[in-house]
Amino acid sequence: MILAAVDLFEFDDVLVRFGDTVVLDHVSCSIPDGGSVTCLLGASGAGKSTLLRLCNRLEVPTSGQVRFRGRPLDDIDPLELRRDVGMVFQRPTLFPGTVRANLLVADPDADEPAMVEVLHRAALPASFLDRDGDSLSGGEAQRACLARTLITRPDVLLMDEPTSALDPTATKELEELGRALADAGMPVLWVTHDLHQADRIADRRIVLVRGRLADEHQATHYLAGEAGDHDHEEADGEQDAGGEEVTDGRG
Amino acid sequence: MAEGDVGWWGLAASLLLIAVTLAISVWRRLGLEKEVVVATVRALAQLLAVGYVLTVVIDPDQPIAYAWAWLVFMVLFAAWTVSRRAPEVPGVLPLALAALGASTGATVAVIFGLGIFPVEARAIVPVGGMMVGNAMTSTVLTGRRILEEFADKRPDVEARLALGQPWTEASRPSLRSALRSGMTQQVETTKAVGLVFLPGAMTGLILAGVDPVDAVRVQAAIMFLILGAVAINVVVIGTGVTRRLFTPDHRLVRIARSAE
Repeated sequence: MILAAVDLFEFDDVLVRFGDTVVLDHVSCSIPDGGSVTCLLGASGAGKSTLLRLCNRLEVPTSGQVRFRGRPLDDIDPLELRRDVGMVFQRPTLFPGTVRANLLVADPDADEPAMVEVLHRAALPASFLDRDGDSLSGGEAQRACLARTLITRPDVLLMDEPTSALDPTATKELEELGRALADAGMPVLWVTHDLHQADRIADRRIVLVRGRLADEHQATHYLAGEAGDHDHEEADGEQDAGGEEVTDGRG
Repeated sequence: MAEGDVGWWGLAASLLLIAVTLAISVWRRLGLEKEVVVATVRALAQLLAVGYVLTVVIDPDQPIAYAWAWLVFMVLFAAWTVSRRAPEVPGVLPLALAALGASTGATVAVIFGLGIFPVEARAIVPVGGMMVGNAMTSTVLTGRRILEEFADKRPDVEARLALGQPWTEASRPSLRSALRSGMTQQVETTKAVGLVFLPGAMTGLILAGVDPVDAVRVQAAIMFLILGAVAINVVVIGTGVTRRLFTPDHRLVRIARSAE
């Protein structure tokens, strides 16, 4: 008997609405498990960051279901889920203090060899442990954030436009790190609007257009770099997911 | 008429400064004339009405229950005022009631339990009023400060949540910062008292002919009690609002910014 492989993430008719804005419009897709880089592509406001944030439950669907390795996310303790599904954000989010202090926030029990090891995986020398976060360049800070995420020993890595604030050299370094992690067996979901970046790192591409999964024609059109400028002027509901959208109450 | 009294003529004369305010508004085209007139008339009407009610409430022949009822009314009214001034704060009315109730209750227990002031209506009403008034201002400021802090620090808080921290841990640095700024103002006021300004109670006592050193003792006790009231208040409103900014599954909700 052949068992069907369980997908890493499955999105089943997922609708996400922020107030009156529909950010994801009945999206159904799946992301297979295993060491590979899946790029979530789309213009600003297409819903790609929201799709990513559903994976570690920083957002929840208004309707529909998300499953992680076959288990509905509602059934998983969110704190446990977030340690299995690590995330690196658009801008470096180092906490005040040294890199060591940052790593200890993520794992208070981490010992010196474990900290040096994650720095090594993020292509930073051990001497960075005692560097203050404020003294790091953008690229170094983002790699320190990657190290901080890796010290929680995640199974999956979510990258939310992690190079958008970086220069070309730092971008290339982070791309190589993401690629190396995937080659070592870790599934990486990488949000970008940069087609060239996707060409450099992606094993698989998922294209979103205005909150919907692009059909074959739209995807071909988008990936050929022919998306109209108007797509870039869509309401930034997606970016606002982490910003200042104004509604009251819970979730 | 005692030395410190302001007669009807004195009150009318003080309106001269309202005329100056109106003149400045017209001269600099501030458009505040109507607001100034409304504020003046309201203040006069409210104070006169309160004065007549207080005459009954603090009459030593009346039951002291009137004074306690007045204090409860002040807490309720202050909570309602907070909810009007900071409607963007989630759950503002019950939280303001809890914060003002806790801070007023605790300070009143100390004031009268330890015999700092006598348990008399003429002490309960003004001292309680000062506690509630100061606590009310700090409730509004702290409620708003919490919202601003979590809106500004959303990336930091979400980075902590994404590492698997529960909301109680992920919110701690931002909550601490908001609580500090909520209390710092009153600490600064306490430091500056006497040097930069003479607070109301002391001014009133000196005007009424009380020896300044006696007035200072009263004022110092009141300042320390206000500081305590503000601290209790800031903690209750700060932790209460923070709790409401997170869902049970440890997500930070979208945050409405203050309109001001």
